[in-house]
Amino acid sequence: MAPFTPGFLGRDRSADTTLPPGQYLTHDFPVLSAGPTPRIPLDRWEFTVMTEAGVVRRWSWAELLALPSETPTVDLHCVTKWSKLSTDWEGVSLDTLLGDVDTAADYALVRSYGGYTTNLPLEDLLDGKAWIAYRYDGEELPSEHGGPARLLIPHLYLWKSAKWVRGIELLIEDEPGFWESLGYHNYGDPWREQRYQGD
Amino acid sequence: MTDYLDGNVLAGPLREVFGVDLTTAGTRCVGCGQAAHVAELRVFTDAPGIVARCSGCDNVIMRLVRTPDAAWLDLRGTTALRVPLG
Ligand SMILES: [Zn+2]
Repeated sequence: MAPFTPGFLGRDRSADTTLPPGQYLTHDFPVLSAGPTPRIPLDRWEFTVMTEAGVVRRWSWAELLALPSETPTVDLHCVTKWSKLSTDWEGVSLDTLLGDVDTAADYALVRSYGGYTTNLPLEDLLDGKAWIAYRYDGEELPSEHGGPARLLIPHLYLWKSAKWVRGIELLIEDEPGFWESLGYHNYGDPWREQRYQGD
Repeated sequence: MTDYLDGNVLAGPLREVFGVDLTTAGTRCVGCGQAAHVAELRVFTDAPGIVARCSGCDNVIMRLVRTPDAAWLDLRGTTALRVPLG
């Protein structure tokens, strides 16, 4: 095997080689939205987890903020082909929120204020891979980016990181979400370029 | 940004599928019953697909996704699509 050329091992974060296939680098933060931006008063905001047995756990805004938070720095990959690297967030790990939930479910359906949904395997929400994020770049999460809180699941295309998140249903059977039911890939791994059904 | 456009932006995408201009077609919202021509819908295009909503209740009237080899169309938000002919 040929020796590595100098620089090969040093990841140049601005080079396209660090991006999933078909993506381009952007430094701004494009706003994508399939509808009007929901405005949720914090005193009425809640996040729920409902198990396949119908058992519901609820967190108010104050209860969410009282949980231990993490500050992940992650890369974002949108299916519309832009990627934004090294974004700074603060939020609560789904491991914390789902840790003592009694479930045999393999799937999750995420629901947002405003009606958006997205689905994914439950295991993709666990083991430090997903957060309910409420701060971005040191500030409160702006509503156009999903505030007061959004799902952040950076290892999948960004449509899975549901903005204005309201709750998660744990399901025995997979149920396709808003874009997954209309031609987009059910899983959406950017590194395997799973944009559309059949990819 | 997140603002919507009017339904005339659906002219091209729907013509690609059906071969006719559907902006004058009539819809009726399954959410609130409001009747509207396609051209009067509120259309969000800064998204992975095109989402057309009722101006009365924000219910999704139709959705369109163009993949490299297919068009996916969801019309569940309208009770019918009245297409003027002749
Ligand atoms: Zn309506």
